[in-house]
Amino acid sequence: MSQKNLFIVVVLALVVVFGGGAWVYKQQQAEQAAQLAAKNQAALVRADAPTFGNPQAPVHIVEFFDPACGTCREFFPLVKALMTANPDKIRLSLRYAPFHPGSDSVVKVLEAARKQGKFEETLQALFAAQDSWVINHTSHVEMTGPILEKVGMDMAKLQADANAPEVAAMVARDLADAKTMNVTMTPEYFVNGKPLPSFGFEQLKALVDEALAAAR
Amino acid sequence: MNTLERPWLWVFVAWLVAAVASLGALFMSEVMGHAPCVLCWWQRVAMMPLVLLLALGLFPFDARVLRYTQPLALVGLLVAAFHVLLTLGVIPEALEPCRQGIPCKTIQVQWFGFVTIPLLSLLAFAFINGLLWAARRSLSK
Repeated sequence: MSQKNLFIVVVLALVVVFGGGAWVYKQQQAEQAAQLAAKNQAALVRADAPTFGNPQAPVHIVEFFDPACGTCREFFPLVKALMTANPDKIRLSLRYAPFHPGSDSVVKVLEAARKQGKFEETLQALFAAQDSWVINHTSHVEMTGPILEKVGMDMAKLQADANAPEVAAMVARDLADAKTMNVTMTPEYFVNGKPLPSFGFEQLKALVDEALAAAR
Repeated sequence: MNTLERPWLWVFVAWLVAAVASLGALFMSEVMGHAPCVLCWWQRVAMMPLVLLLALGLFPFDARVLRYTQPLALVGLLVAAFHVLLTLGVIPEALEPCRQGIPCKTIQVQWFGFVTIPLLSLLAFAFINGLLWAARRSLSK
């Protein structure tokens, strides 16, 4: 074999092994994630999680999210648009996965805002101003004050509620559930208990369409 | 050029080791999702150019490729040795250069109880250094 042919054959072999290995690995991971989700439905759907849309909807999306996560910010309006396009057919539940340093304090504020009926407004406002309070992948809850004031809430009550032990317990439980479900990145979606085969809005839409078709 | 001459073969095998090491590193970070620590990045800085430089030195064979790649291989070897000593605890933690992100002392993958990613890196750099030295020796004969 000439030197050039040897080189070409080896390069092709390396590419095939890498690509094949990556494909097999991803398939295995997706299968494991599906099995894990099927086994742990109780850790996925919690009755006290913040929920949007018709509670009786045939399609239930559970999203693990971090208000400091840029992709969560990008995906939130897309998922809402999906719900608007299929009125009363999709329900969205949010679970807290504050993976960024400092985010645990911010999700506590969100939960406190929920007690004043301002969860969605607060979430939208925090997403919109994300660049002002997430600096270098670290959440600064102390910089969210002006954003929260603009939403219009009882700030003293907000502070007290955010520091309540039951809110801390809920965030800790959500984090534990994320661990059980092997959620390591945000956002992570489950549609009627099924994880995305790989991450992407198209994959999410495909799972939702599939669930919609099954419900018909 | 159609026979597999000694120096060419040594450089070719060195390239192969560098290519497998680089793809392996990419597999672990991009496919398996293990984030590389700071020392891992420095080893990548030394390893990945070797794949391109050694390949360029093979076609047509250019003995000067040794001059350009041996320093890289040596630097990689030193960083990998430092990293292995760190994971073994031989070098105290106070000397650890990484404060943010993934601590270099953390062992993310361990096969058969002793094979870690830094050890694989050290072996790859050792092989590459040995092969490049062999190529240099057989050229000077």
